Amino acid sequence: MKEIAPTHVKEAPVTMDTGELSCESAPGPEMTDVACARAPIGLLAELTHRCPLQCPYCSNPLDLERANTELSTEEWQKVMRQAAQLGILQIHLSGGEPTVRRDLEEIVKTAAEVGLYTNLITAAVLLTRERLQKLKDAGLDHVQISIQDVDTAAENADRIAGYKGGSEKKKIVAGWVRELGLPLTINAPIHRHNIKNVEAIIDYAVELGAGRVEIAHVQYYAWALKNRASLMPTREDFMTAAKLTEKARERLKGVIVIDMVVPDYYAKFPKPCMGGWGRGIINVTPQGRVLPCHAAESIAGLEFDSVRDKPLGEIWLNGQAFQKYRGTGWMKEPCRSCPRREIDYGGCRCQAFALTGDAANTDPACSLSPLHAEWANVAEVESHLASPEFTYRRPGGASPKPVREKTPAPTDA
Amino acid sequence: MGEASPRVRAIVTADTRPVLPPHIKLRHDAGRGRWLVLAPERVFEPDDTAVAVLKLCDGARTVGDIAGELAKEYNAPKDEIVTDIVAMLQDLADKGVVTA
Repeated sequence: MKEIAPTHVKEAPVTMDTGELSCESAPGPEMTDVACARAPIGLLAELTHRCPLQCPYCSNPLDLERANTELSTEEWQKVMRQAAQLGILQIHLSGGEPTVRRDLEEIVKTAAEVGLYTNLITAAVLLTRERLQKLKDAGLDHVQISIQDVDTAAENADRIAGYKGGSEKKKIVAGWVRELGLPLTINAPIHRHNIKNVEAIIDYAVELGAGRVEIAHVQYYAWALKNRASLMPTREDFMTAAKLTEKARERLKGVIVIDMVVPDYYAKFPKPCMGGWGRGIINVTPQGRVLPCHAAESIAGLEFDSVRDKPLGEIWLNGQAFQKYRGTGWMKEPCRSCPRREIDYGGCRCQAFALTGDAANTDPACSLSPLHAEWANVAEVESHLASPEFTYRRPGGASPKPVREKTPAPTDA
Repeated sequence: MGEASPRVRAIVTADTRPVLPPHIKLRHDAGRGRWLVLAPERVFEPDDTAVAVLKLCDGARTVGDIAGELAKEYNAPKDEIVTDIVAMLQDLADKGVVTA
C-alpha cells in the first residue's frame, strides 16, 4: 500500500446465484497452495430434509433423506471445522428446515468459533423468540426467511406452502429477528401463483425490516420440475415482474438490496450454475454426502463421497463427482469452442442431464443447444394451460417414482 | 414490529460517520492472501484503498476525518480523497455494507 488509488474502488461481489467468484480458483499452473487456491467460498449445509412446509417448488431431491440417517451433532461440527480449514468463508444452514434440528445452536456455535459466516435459511414457522435469542448468542450472523406471498394474501401463501397459519407466523418471526438486531433477508420464490404480487412482495420485505430481498424465480429442478406445469409463469408475466423489480430497485436504492434470480426458461443465456461446477460452492446433504450442487444426485454416473469416510477438502479436490465437470475439459461442442465457456460453463449440468440424458451436453437453456427451441416452447405452452394440482413436497409424495423427464409433449396438461 | 433498517436512503457526505454493521465482517483471509468483506450471501473483495478506508469506519470518525488521515498517510490531496471515498462509501451504503 504505497499510493492511494486515484479513482474507483473495485469490489468483486460473490453470490451463490451468479457465481461471480472472486476466489482465484481457476485451476491453473500458477496455483501454489492447492487447497486455498481452489477453496470454495460457501458451503450449503442441508442439515435435514425434514420440513413442516410442503412447497411444490422445493429444490430437495424427490427421494428425501430420512431423519435416522442424518449426521450427528459431532459430525456436523467436524464438517464446520474442516470447512474453515479448507478456506470456506460462509455457511448456509439449510434443509429441509434446519430449525427441526434441536442441535442447531451447537452447530452454529462451532461454525462461529472457527470463524465462518453463518447464515440461517429458514421457513421460520417453528422458531420461538427464545430459540432465536439462543442462536444469536451462539454467533448466528444472518437470518433468511422464505415467504410464499404477502401477508394480505395469507391464504394463498399457506396454500402454496401446504401449511396453515404459516404466513402469519413468518411475519411474527421476522419481527423477532429485527427486535434481536439480527439482519434479515426475505427470500420469495416466484411462480405463476404469486408473480403478480412481485412489487407488493418487495414492499412487504421492506415493511418486515429486511435489508435484502431475493426475488427468486423458481428454478425447475426436483419438485419444481415435477410441478413445472403448475408453476411456470407466462413470458408476459415474467417480463412485467422483471420490469417492476427493476423499478423497485431504483425506487428503493439504499433502502433494500433486491436480488433477482432469473428463470432460465426466459433467459437469453444459461446461468453459470453454482458459478461453475466444483468451483465456488460445496453442498453437504443430511446424511453427509458431498455434492457439487444440491441437485447433483439426479445425474446418473456420479459417485458421491461422504464426510463420514473422507475429509471435506479431499472430497472437494479429488472426488469423482467434483472432477467430472470441473473446468472446461469435459465439454462437447458447441460449448467447447464457445467464447462464453468460462462465463456460463455451459449452464446447468443437472438440467442438461434431465432434458438430454447426458450431463455433458449443452444446457437446453442455451440458444445454441439443438434442443433449445423445443425446450423453450414447453414453458410457452405449459404457462398458458390451466394449472394442475400441486404435487406437494412430502416423503413419498412424488411416487410412483418418475422416470427421468424428457422434454414433455406439451399436449396433455 | 422490531426496529426496521433505515427505511430511507442514507446519503454519504464529508460529515457522515460511517460504520460497518455487526453482520458485515472485514476479514483478512490468510489462505487467499487478501482482505474480504463478508456480507449476507455475498463476499466483496476490497482493494487496498477500500481496506484502508473501511478499517477507519468506526462510527466515530467522519468521512472528512478519514480522508484527512489518508491524505497524511499517502501524501495526497484531501479534497480528491474525500470525493473518491464519498462515492465509494455511497455505493457500499446502497449495498448495505456500511451504515452511514
